Amino acid sequence: MNGVHDMGGMQGMGPIRYEHNEPVFHAPWEARVYALDRAIGAWGKWNIDAWRHDIETLPPADYLRMSYYERWFAALEKRLVAYAFVTREELESGTSAPGCAKATPVFTPEKARKFNRGIPSSNDPSVPPVFHIGDHVRARNINPVGHTRLPRYARGKTGQIVRDHGVYAFPDTNSQYMGEHRQHVYSVRFTARELWGESASPRDSVYIDMWDDYLERA
Amino acid sequence: MQPQSEIHSHEHQAVPSDPVLRVKALESLLVEKGLVDPAGLDELIDTFQHKIGPRNGARVIARAWVDPAYKQRLLADAPSAIDEAGFHNQYGDHMVVVENGSKVHNLVVCTLCSCYPWLMLGLPPVWYKSAAYRSRAIIDPRGVLREFGLELAEDTEVRVWDSTAELRYLVLPERPAGSEKLTEDELAALVTRDAMVGVAKVQMPAEGGKP
Repeated sequence: MNGVHDMGGMQGMGPIRYEHNEPVFHAPWEARVYALDRAIGAWGKWNIDAWRHDIETLPPADYLRMSYYERWFAALEKRLVAYAFVTREELESGTSAPGCAKATPVFTPEKARKFNRGIPSSNDPSVPPVFHIGDHVRARNINPVGHTRLPRYARGKTGQIVRDHGVYAFPDTNSQYMGEHRQHVYSVRFTARELWGESASPRDSVYIDMWDDYLERA
Repeated sequence: MQPQSEIHSHEHQAVPSDPVLRVKALESLLVEKGLVDPAGLDELIDTFQHKIGPRNGARVIARAWVDPAYKQRLLADAPSAIDEAGFHNQYGDHMVVVENGSKVHNLVVCTLCSCYPWLMLGLPPVWYKSAAYRSRAIIDPRGVLREFGLELAEDTEVRVWDSTAELRYLVLPERPAGSEKLTEDELAALVTRDAMVGVAKVQMPAEGGKP
């Protein structure tokens, strides 16, 4: 989706605001949102790609205005209803519907100590790489309306494969529960001049991680 | 995905707009339904506030500085080398370590969200997640570094790593000049989060004193 989250290369976002001795969380509610999201995530109802898409599909003006944990909170509320953990009525009233069965939490302190994001990868030889180190490739010019991890600023640009990271689920399909379509992910080096034109430094480059399906031979 | 209308109706709900109250209300609802255990939440928060953070990464970096064979393993296969240093990769981060040198400077960003090497650095600071940093680090890395107080020579090569997949990048900074006599623990104390993201260099303490 060509959303506001895909902000690589945008300008006018202002100076970087650096905070010295920054705390891990700025308020207790941020910590609770973070932990609630992880604890509900432990039910295994969604995957990381669908999770990211829920944040990307917040209304664009809200996305830009909200703080990081406000986004997490808004996306969590959205997910809780969409995956039927709670009803809209329960969310609005703050109390559970009468007579509904009580679940047993899966995210126990023991589980919290062994917390695992669980993003599987592998060197599965049954999934051969389409490209090899040194290959010249072009990022495909695609504009999917769903989730994608191919940033706009790279589309149509030419780069070179520098590292093969093994096999990962393909976000574009996995986010929609249309299959993992596991394939190789590579570091692809794009020169700054290829991306940004002749005014960029001739020495600099950007390395982007890309799945096979984002690439074509150049 | 949920229709937009639901999001709009949500904006007019009766629950108070104050995030403190709304989050509290949501937590009690989820506890009431048996969906979360407050003790599990407490444990996870404690982990991220007190147990994992940049000190983890600093220990790996210091070890790489004093042990060349370890450094080679770290650069070639970071997950195994980090595990070897005692940080079991329970968070599922697929680590990649990239090395700074006298003519090469690496910088890490996630333009699409806020991917960050939690296992080594903990949760990211606000600036790393900000639109300002995410938008500009790839198109104007030298300008961004200047804002952090780091002026790079023109003949330095800048490599920006955009974390668009599940790989998580950690910068192996240059060992500072004059640090030859420091122990591994003393070196670890010098290594900052910012240096491991690539927005700073590791400095010897002022006045040449030991850390």
